[in-house]
Amino acid sequence: MSKRTVLSADDLSRAITRISHEILEANHGAENLVLLGIPTRGVFLAERISSVIKKHSGHEVQVGSLDVTLYRDDLAKQPTRGPGVTSVPSTGITGSTVVLVDDVLYSGRTVRAALDALNDHGRPKAVLLAVLVDRGHRELPIRADFVGKNLPTSSVEHIAVKLTETDGVDEVVIES
Amino acid sequence: MPRNYILQSATDVFGKSVDVVIEDGAIVEKPALGVEHEKIDCSGLTVLPGFVDLHTHLREPGFEQSETVASGSRAAAAGGFTAIHAMANTFPVADTAGVVEQVARLGEDAGLVHVQPIGAVTVGLKGEQLAELGAMAQSKARVRIFSDDGNCVHDPALMRRALEYVKAFDGVVAQHAQEPRLTVNAQMNEGALSAKLGLAGWPGVAEEAIIARDLMLTELTSSRLHVCHVSTAGSVELIRQAKLRGIRVSAEVTPHHLLLTEDLASGYDPIYKVNPPLRKQSDVDALRAGLVDGTIDVIATDHAPHPKESKDTDWASAAFGMVGLESAYSIAQQVLIDSGESSFERLAEVLSTNASAISGLTDQGTYLSVGKVANLTLVDPEFKTQVESKTQSMSENNPYVGRSFTGGVVHTIYDGQFSYRNRQIVERSAL
Amino acid sequence: MRHLLSAADFSHDEAVAMLDLAEDMAEVNDREVKKLPTLRGKTVVNLFFEDSTRTRISFELAAKRLSADVINFAAKGSSVSKGESLKDTAQTLEAMGADAIVLRHSSSGSAFRLAHTDWVDSSIINAGDGSHEHPTQALLDAMTIRQSLNQDVRGKDLAGVRVLIVGDISHSRVARSNLLLLTTLGAEVHVCGPATLAPSSLVGKERVHYLLDEAIRQVQPDVVMMLRVQQERMTASFFPTEREYSRVWGLNKSRLSALDDKTIVLHPGPMNRGLEIDAASADSKNSKVLHQVRNGVSVRMAVLYSLLSGEKENA
Repeated sequence: MSKRTVLSADDLSRAITRISHEILEANHGAENLVLLGIPTRGVFLAERISSVIKKHSGHEVQVGSLDVTLYRDDLAKQPTRGPGVTSVPSTGITGSTVVLVDDVLYSGRTVRAALDALNDHGRPKAVLLAVLVDRGHRELPIRADFVGKNLPTSSVEHIAVKLTETDGVDEVVIES
Repeated sequence: MPRNYILQSATDVFGKSVDVVIEDGAIVEKPALGVEHEKIDCSGLTVLPGFVDLHTHLREPGFEQSETVASGSRAAAAGGFTAIHAMANTFPVADTAGVVEQVARLGEDAGLVHVQPIGAVTVGLKGEQLAELGAMAQSKARVRIFSDDGNCVHDPALMRRALEYVKAFDGVVAQHAQEPRLTVNAQMNEGALSAKLGLAGWPGVAEEAIIARDLMLTELTSSRLHVCHVSTAGSVELIRQAKLRGIRVSAEVTPHHLLLTEDLASGYDPIYKVNPPLRKQSDVDALRAGLVDGTIDVIATDHAPHPKESKDTDWASAAFGMVGLESAYSIAQQVLIDSGESSFERLAEVLSTNASAISGLTDQGTYLSVGKVANLTLVDPEFKTQVESKTQSMSENNPYVGRSFTGGVVHTIYDGQFSYRNRQIVERSAL
Repeated sequence: MRHLLSAADFSHDEAVAMLDLAEDMAEVNDREVKKLPTLRGKTVVNLFFEDSTRTRISFELAAKRLSADVINFAAKGSSVSKGESLKDTAQTLEAMGADAIVLRHSSSGSAFRLAHTDWVDSSIINAGDGSHEHPTQALLDAMTIRQSLNQDVRGKDLAGVRVLIVGDISHSRVARSNLLLLTTLGAEVHVCGPATLAPSSLVGKERVHYLLDEAIRQVQPDVVMMLRVQQERMTASFFPTEREYSRVWGLNKSRLSALDDKTIVLHPGPMNRGLEIDAASADSKNSKVLHQVRNGVSVRMAVLYSLLSGEKENA
């Protein structure tokens, strides 16, 4: 198996900072914004984005997590797995601008499931999508609004996003 | 047709090599000059008296979807039996001379085994009123054993009368010992396992209480009692003590109670549902010891065929009973011979001579007595087999399917003729 | 997991995980849209050979919250009551496309039998078989106990919790499943009832008590679980009269006051008020009966999800 680091810790940090600024710009500020990470790594990325936004705007942006396990369309094709945590800010999401945050955008099916899950929690004013890596191979008409890095890959390759919170190190690696 | 055979180099129950000569159906000392004999090599085979089963459910008349006298006769021949006792719980019940004669005649028509009817003790097995025991005794079927098997003669006054009444024709009451009030809706042996499985328990006391009472009644009436399918250590001990006191009691045990235990109920497969229920290993051990020491006189099959739908259901809805004719010998050999506990002499007693004595059958259990009709079974003690579900019986409620047995019947000679030869049924019409 | 037949199917860790999953499901019940698309296209059959409206509704709601299609088949009063067998009924329902069969039957072992024969391929959930087991009831009881003892329940078991089950232990599937599951989770389970109805083989002699007052004194339970008294036990002489039963084994005001303030009272329902439990106890703050009902839906969602998602194993 060969491994290739495509984003270093610094690259990763820069990407997050850039995404944070783009979000602020697109939303015209931090008002009315909710960041919902998709477990596991999406939640930590959302928290990092939130702290960058706070540093720059002084605004405390609400962060939650949105588990999509129970909304997946491939439940019957994989071993049973337990759902992760869903926690939506107590003020709810109706009327907010929700930014979904995930580590890798691939087929688009996770995002599809997340949009369904979101529906059951309320009706946001708008939904945006932020991902650290977009590796292509979409199977659904979905695209990200904020992308840390576009990485054209072949489908046999595996993208591993590692974060200090979960993996003890910040980097993105391509394994093949 | 030649009815003259020489069974060469068979081993008898004492371990001696013998040539058995049969002329015109009867045992003779040595071949007569000028008579043509068919010679059959029986080396490696043990010759035994033809087996006699005291407890067979042939289901005809009334339940021909389970078994008929003809199919049951084939199963009996394949199991080495030359006489079987047809239980009375048919429809109509064998509680009149007419029904027992009909069953006997069906047995003669099949011609593979002596079918000896058992008469009901009470009308319709209802336990209320004595059936016409005398008429059955004096009928062509010559009934000597009376039983309400399936039901217990639980009314003590009625049991006393029955015991007294059968003395007139040297009859015997074969009791299905089951106190009904202690076994309402009972499903399996009562104990820790039944509590765990949530199946209603069947206490050993339900059997022992009736046996204890009947032993006292037998002593009181100076009559003769036979106890069907003894299943508990407590029952064995009661019978042992009664015999020491000189009470005329005989007892039978089934092959399944000698081999199987209640643990088999754990999978809720009703193939193991039987009346009386399978008990604990300590009961199995006591039954085996009783069989060896003479407390228990007879292995009787309680062959109880049922159609598939009666077992293809949940436990409580399923019927009680299992087939047993065709595996009885293998189990007897395992329990008595292969275990090292006993001998072929004892095996011949418990599978043949004791039963024929209890039933008063003069042509059965006579073994190699010169001048007697040949009723013999030849077994191969080394034969290894795996039990299959399809057998001579019409029913497949066989708890032994898939098990490996050692020892099997090779030939059965009934009334001087092969009914089973080289493990094949010899239909009477083929003779 | 392919079937749920017995509370003994769970190891310690699996039981904790199932309770955690049930907590996840409980969150759905607090949302605006109380529905998940998870089991869309799956069909769940409630096959009830015995009446039990509560259990049936609970399973039905659980299945519907997960978007499964639900068929209720009450065997009583249909062709099944005479002649048609468990096998035929189950095969008929599977032929109509059932993915899971939730079975309630008066015969002990019926769910086990349905799962272990070649009659059907569906997942089987035991919703009460005779006097054998009722595993989802044990799960909801465990969930209720865990919630009442902890702020943060996830990952926790019931180590050291003292539970007293009171009533007809012999014939109770609720008692059997609870004994298995609560013990697996580390609880110390005692039983109490008339000697005719409290077999020691299930728990061991030292955990069987015959008088409720003594049992409360000796066990100092954290949880008291009252079982429903069946009228037919009285006619079969297991105990003499309702009055005597309620006097010796009924939970009432004075016994309630003998319990610790934090002790919780459970009942699988439906309650015979005035017999095994009086109104004061049933409506007290100690009573968690309605929590049990609510948790029932959550654990059944968790069980259905575990059985019906994931690749189908070849049994």
